[in-house]
Parts: sequence; structure tokens; C-alpha cells
Amino acid sequence: MKTNFLMFHTITRIVSFIVLSFSIYLFFAGHNAPGGGFIGGLMMAGALILLYVSFDIDKIKKVIPFDYTTIIGWGLLIAILTGLNSLLFGDAFLTQYFEYYQVPIMGEVELTTALPFDLGIYMVVVAVALLTILSIAEDVS
Amino acid sequence: MSLLHFVVLAPFIMAIFMPFFYYKFRSVHTGWFLLPLPLILFIYIATYIPINGGGLEPVEHTVPWVPSLGINFSVYLDGLSLLFGLLITGIGTLVVLYSIFYIKNKVDEPLNNFYVYLLMFMGAMLGVVFSDNLIVLYVFWELTSLSSALLIAYWFHKEKSRYGAQKSMLITVSGGFAMLAGFSLLYVIAGSTFSIREIIAQADVVVQDPLILPAMLLILLGAFTKSAQFPFHIWLPDAMEAPTPVSAYLHSATMVKAGIYLVARMTPVFGLTVEWFWIVLIFGLVTLTWGSISAVRQTDLKGILAFSTVSQLGLIMSLLGMGSAALHFDYVETEAIYYTAIMAAVFHLINHATFKGALFMVVGIIDHETGTRDVRKLGGLMAIMPITFTVSLIGLAAMAGLPPFNGFLSKELFFTASLNVASLDIFNLETLGFFIPVVAWIASVFTFVYSMMIFTRTFTGEFKPENYKEDVHEAPIGLLISPIILASLVIIFGLFPNILAYTLIEPTMQSILPGLTSVGEQFYVNIYHWHGINTELLMTIAVVLIGLAIALNLKKWQESYFFQRERDPLNAVYDLGLDQLVVQAQNVTNMQMTGRLRDYLLYMAVFISGIMLWTFFRYDAFAIDFSNELAVPFYVILVVAALLASTLALPFISHRITNIVLLGVVGFLIALLFVIFRAPDLALTQLLVETVMVVLFLLTYRHLPEITKEAKNIWSTSMKAIVSAAVGGAVILTGLSVHALNQGTDITPISDYFIENSKTLAGGYNMVNVILVDFRGLDTLLEVLVLAIAALGVVTLIKHKMKEGEDV
Repeated sequence: MKTNFLMFHTITRIVSFIVLSFSIYLFFAGHNAPGGGFIGGLMMAGALILLYVSFDIDKIKKVIPFDYTTIIGWGLLIAILTGLNSLLFGDAFLTQYFEYYQVPIMGEVELTTALPFDLGIYMVVVAVALLTILSIAEDVS
Repeated sequence: MSLLHFVVLAPFIMAIFMPFFYYKFRSVHTGWFLLPLPLILFIYIATYIPINGGGLEPVEHTVPWVPSLGINFSVYLDGLSLLFGLLITGIGTLVVLYSIFYIKNKVDEPLNNFYVYLLMFMGAMLGVVFSDNLIVLYVFWELTSLSSALLIAYWFHKEKSRYGAQKSMLITVSGGFAMLAGFSLLYVIAGSTFSIREIIAQADVVVQDPLILPAMLLILLGAFTKSAQFPFHIWLPDAMEAPTPVSAYLHSATMVKAGIYLVARMTPVFGLTVEWFWIVLIFGLVTLTWGSISAVRQTDLKGILAFSTVSQLGLIMSLLGMGSAALHFDYVETEAIYYTAIMAAVFHLINHATFKGALFMVVGIIDHETGTRDVRKLGGLMAIMPITFTVSLIGLAAMAGLPPFNGFLSKELFFTASLNVASLDIFNLETLGFFIPVVAWIASVFTFVYSMMIFTRTFTGEFKPENYKEDVHEAPIGLLISPIILASLVIIFGLFPNILAYTLIEPTMQSILPGLTSVGEQFYVNIYHWHGINTELLMTIAVVLIGLAIALNLKKWQESYFFQRERDPLNAVYDLGLDQLVVQAQNVTNMQMTGRLRDYLLYMAVFISGIMLWTFFRYDAFAIDFSNELAVPFYVILVVAALLASTLALPFISHRITNIVLLGVVGFLIALLFVIFRAPDLALTQLLVETVMVVLFLLTYRHLPEITKEAKNIWSTSMKAIVSAAVGGAVILTGLSVHALNQGTDITPISDYFIENSKTLAGGYNMVNVILVDFRGLDTLLEVLVLAIAALGVVTLIKHKMKEGEDV
């Protein structure tokens, strides 16, 4: 039976983009306001799940052609490499650095090594949530 | 980092390049690239030999590793480590050369694996003998066990190789663990130091500690398993499945002597106790006898040599035991009586490496050229392989203890030492000592017998071509070089033993028996053949006569029950133990792993509430104080009431969808509570987790059966009720007590630190996030790792379903 949820699809299209952008905002806001890699990642996962639920899994797979298992690996790798970075300067593993820079248009910006570390966390969380849910959803037997 | 550090590290660095050499230069045997390394190392280490006879000044270099725990990569070179370093690199060079001709460069031969393992072993073994730090020594020690197991299993398609590798690994590594425990005890006893130098320096104090006996026993367990002492020797014969170069290198010349090294190294400390003397001596003697008797009943040439190695290791071990008695006496030059044993041990160590190395290589040649090592098939090779025959004759004569070879000299010294020790008047030796020379003599008879046996059954007799698959002829010259060099050393050391006296033996004795001689003074070492007609010579003559008598009548005895049992009876104990280990482990697992989620939840709940309540009782920490509670706003009461209502409703609803939705309600209400108590990060996380969880629940929902009414069991129901009440009670009690405790005291909460420092130290205002990524970054990393592992586990479980009857 072919079903057609026009309303659902239309709303999903709009909402998912809002949620996705909000997730990215949360990720960057993390250091100074509520948010961060974990929350942002979960939000992203929620948005993507919404897409998978409202459309077809196969259809979305064409749109997002990533292998989540690989993303887990990359995320962990990024997090560990940022941690190892501090060893080069003779500090303990996972020491984070931060500095303030003047960037045109944006004004004073704080750059920290915690950001790539958080990115690693973000990637792992997104991938873990989706990998688990998709494997269970695709399990037909 | 000094050059000596690089001596230890060089093999590891070289190992990285081995696969490259293997794949890039496929037509050249990979061994050729490796060969220069041990040779260079040998020459470098040899430069430390004191050639002018002036004694050896120890060299020490330290590189801090984990200084806060007292772990430093200190290399230390004294007589003992010099001797072992030369053995490892010297025999290593010859073995690599031999292996180039022994293992053919076939298309599918994984030579890169072989040489990587071999280099790993060489580096690890050098690390063991050059480390001054016990922990570093331990790390290298376990690496030798690992590389040994890998080398035994080099031909891993053979079932016996895998069995032998597993056995050697299990036995030596469990000994290694015991040793680690012993080292830790020693660390405590010696006042927080892992340095062997420092422990020896305070040996007098250390041996007074009551913990010295357990520490000693644990360390000896490590040494005995490694050096294949009775009853742990059973792994060595099975290790003979390794390629012969490996057997010659690891399982006769170097690795099995690591235990000897450790015992010698520890003698200055433990040698001061009576127990050490007796334990090392008795284990050595039992191993010596058992090994030599067992060797006689083997039919595999390598089997004979394996048990012979066991027996010779026992001999050296017993000599070290006897020699520790010397620590109780002052050094007098004319009274060689006390330290002969140590001299004999060091000398025999060198001799054993030469003649046994040669013999193993010869057996490898015979195996290589004839295709069999079975003495029942072999025979009459004397005329066909004349060079091989000559080399083995020299090696066998040295092993049997015949003049003028080096084995004779050390065997004589062994008799002298055993006679000497029997005449001492300490440790009850005046009553018990007499058995030592007797046992030594009996074992020597059997040593003679198996040496004769190898000789007669391999080289004499009738040559039967039908026994061999291949055309038998003399080995190529490449295979013969190494055994010829070793055999020449046997003769050279036999004829001119004193070239070793002040270059290697005396410095080694100095490190085993430090402080006996005054500064600048040296032990008197002079080894020579003719001592006149004395007890030792008569003992040797008797050994030869009786040995000959037994060896010539061996045919008659071979029918007896004793000779039918080729495998060591102790193997049964090991096999049974291994089987039972698996069975019992499964039983224990099955007892707790019921496969029902509710049982696991029960375990966790019982444990958590139990430990919490116990802590409260233990420290009498109950404190309930309602006096200055805050006024609770009405809306909070409303939220909590809704929370309670939905939670309580859960057990009474038998429809899954409703359950899932209700659980979601509980989650969202908790998020609301977080908002009320101003924890935005927590609230956000909780909301998102709830959302994802509801989706997950709905997905799994279709796999779950309908909830059916279970037969009410009063026991399990009341059990669950009690546990639930206990968990709830424990949580409430903790909350109330913490609240009450906070009122009266001025304990600063840990959060103050983060509030103050999150901006200054980590540059972020959001404390929660700063803790996650900075202050507690490692926790986050590991949590995420756990998440990843869990997700991969889910994928594996779902995507790779097991079929009927399959097991993990």
C-alpha cells in the first residue's frame, strides 16, 4: 500500500533544517552557554531520525551516503589526536589550550583545542545513535 | 639515552623494517638483512670485556620513564649482564646465519613474521639482562614469553605447534605474574625502590623483613617457570615444535636461562636466607635428575635434547643454590671451597650454550637432510654425514663430561662444588649434605647415557635408506658454519679455559657475590684439567663405566614399562587443569548469567543499595534534619506528584505502547525538574535522550511479545518489592543525609573549584561543558569509547546472527 503523508513530509522538511541548524549552534555555543558536543550530537541524531521516520530509510540513505561505523572511528580518532597534541608541548594527555583572536567581521573570537575534541565527541554520538537505531530498524526478521 | 639503551632498542627498531625488506627484496632471504645487527651488537658489547684482567667497572645509564612510581629505564652493565649480553647476541648471530639456510625462502613462507618475532625476542632478552629496574625487567620478561610463544607457533597450521605455544605461554606468563607480585612486595620491603642496585645495597635490612619469604617464593616461581624447573618443565619439550633455530636460540641458549639470570641477579639479596639455599638447591637437583632420566626414554632427537636442557638448567640452578652459601663466609683466597659453585655455574652456563647450541643445530641438520628425528629410524649416518658427525661427537662428549672438552671441566667443578657444600657446617648440612654429591653423580650417569644414546642410535648401526623419504647426504656448508663455530668454541674453552677466567667468569662472580672481596681484590679463578687422583676424578670414571654399562644394555630395558611412557606424566596434570579451567569457568558464568534482563537489574540494584546502606551503617552517617528546609513552591509539588503517579502506574499497565509512552512522560518530567533547578545542560540532554529512547523503544516494540500474566510467585514478588524498597530507601536516605550534613559543616563542595576556574583555566563560561571537554576530558573520551563499543556490539548482534547451534 502506497501511503502519502503530505503534511508530515512538508513539516519535516522545514523542521529538520531548523533542528539541524540548532544542533550546530548548540555545538559551537557549548563552551560558554548550554550545549556542547554531546547535546549537539544528540540533537543532530534526533533531526536525522525525524528524516528517516518520515521518509523512507532507503531514500534518506541516498541523501546521506555516510557509513556511520566509519564516522565513529573518525570521531574517536579526532578526539584522541587532539588529546595527543598536548603531548608535543610536554603537557599531560588531553591538556586543552585556548587563545583569543581578532577576526575580521566577527570581532574577538576564542579558539580552543577543546573544539576539535568536542567535534570528535559530536561525531561519535551522532553515529552511535543512528547506527544503533538503523540496525534495529532494518532488522526485519 | 646512552648507546647501551640503543643496544636494547636496536632489535625493536630493526623489526619495524623487516616487512619492508621482505616485500621489497623478495628474492633475497630476509635473514641476510638482519644478520649484521646481532654481529654489531656482539662486537659492541664485547668492547666492555676487561681484557687486561683488571676487573669490570659497572656502567649505568638512566632514562626516566615514570619517575613518580620509581620506574626508570636504567641500563646496567656488570659482569653478569655482560656475559648474558654476549650470549644473546653471539648465539643470536650464529642462529640467524643458520636459519637463513634452514628455513627456505619459499613463496608462502612468512619469513618477515619469523624475523620480526626473533628480533622482538632478542631485544626483549637484552632488555631483561640490562635492566636495573624491576618493572622494566618484568615488561621485557613478559615480552620474551610472548615472542617465544609466537615463535613456537610459527608453523601455526600444525596443531602441536599451537598446543606447545599455548602451553609455554600459560606456564611462563603465570610465573611472570607471580614474579610481578614478588617485585611489588620487594618494592614495599625495600622502601619504595624498584632499582636492583639499591635493593642489593640494603640487602641486610631487606632480609629481616617478614615479607621476604613470600616475595622470594613469588620471584622464584617466575624464575622456575621460565627456566623449566621441575615441575614446570613440561612446556619445554612441547616447545620443540618450533623451527630448530628457535629451539637452539630460545629454548636452550638464552630464554630458558632468563630464570638462571634472575636467580643469579637476586642471589645477593635472597642468598642471605636459609630458605633460598635449600629451595634453589633442591629444585635444581630434582630437575637435574628428573630431566636426565626422562631424556633417556625419548625417541625424538629434539625431545632428548629438550629434557637434556631441562636437566642442565637444573644443574646450573642447583649450583647457584650451593653458591649462595658463600655469602655466609668471608673471602679467603686459598679457600676456594665456598665459591667454587658459583664459578662452576658461570662456567657451565657458557659451556652449555656452546655445546647444546651446536647439538641443536646438528639435530636440525639431521632433520633437514633426512626428514626425520626419530632415533628408531635413524642410524649409520657416520659415513654419510662426516662433518655433522664430527660436530655432534664434540658436542656429545662435552655434554657427557669427557675430557678434553669444556663440559668435562664444568662437570668436575660441579662435583667439587657438591662435595664442598656437603662438608659445610651450616644449614644442617652436616646431617643432610651427603645426598647432594650422590644425586649429582646419579644424574651425571644418566646424562652420559643419553649422550651415548644419541651417538649410537644416530650415527652408528646400520643405514636403512628405506626409512627416509629423501636422498640423504651431507648438509650444505651454510648450515654447517654455525655448529662448526660452536664446536670449535667447545674445544677452545676445553683446552684453554682460562681465557674466560678473568674476562667473563670473574666479573660475573663479582656481580653474583658482591662485597665478598674487598675493593680491587679479585676472586681466584683457575680452571685446569688435571687435579691429581681425587674424588671428583673417581666419580667421573665411575660415571663413564656405569654409563657405558647401561648404554650398552639399553636395548633390553627398552621393553620395560618405564620406557613406554615417553610423555611426562605431569602433562596429565596440566591437560586436566586446562580442561577443568574452561569447564569451571563456564559453570561460574552460567550460574550468574541467566540471560534474563531482570536478573541483571536485580544484581545491580542489590549491590548498589547494599553498598550504600552498609557505608551508612559503617560510618553511622544517618542524619535527618527537617529544621531548616526550604519552602517548596506549589508547582514543584505538582511536577513531583505527576512524576510519582506515572511511575506508580507503570507496573499496572499491561500494554506495551502505553508503557513506552508513560516512560517517556517520566523522562520529560525529570527534564522539567532539571529546568526548575536551573541545570539547562542536564535538561537539554535529558530531553534529547528521552526523544531518542522513545524512538528506540518503538522500534524494538514489534520484536517484543505481548505482556502475559505470569503465575504469581510470592517469593519472587516479595523479593522484588524488598529490593525496590531498599533502593528507594537508600537513595532517599543519602539525599536527606547529604542535605542535613551540608547545613552544619563548612565542607566546600567540589563545584566551587570548577566555578572559580572554568573561565580562567579553560576559557569557558559553561562549567558543565568545560568539565566534559577539559577538566574531565579523559572520562568523556572513555565514555564515548564505551558508547562506540556498545554500538558496534549492537550491530554485530543484529547483522551477524548466529545460526542454530553456533556459539561465540
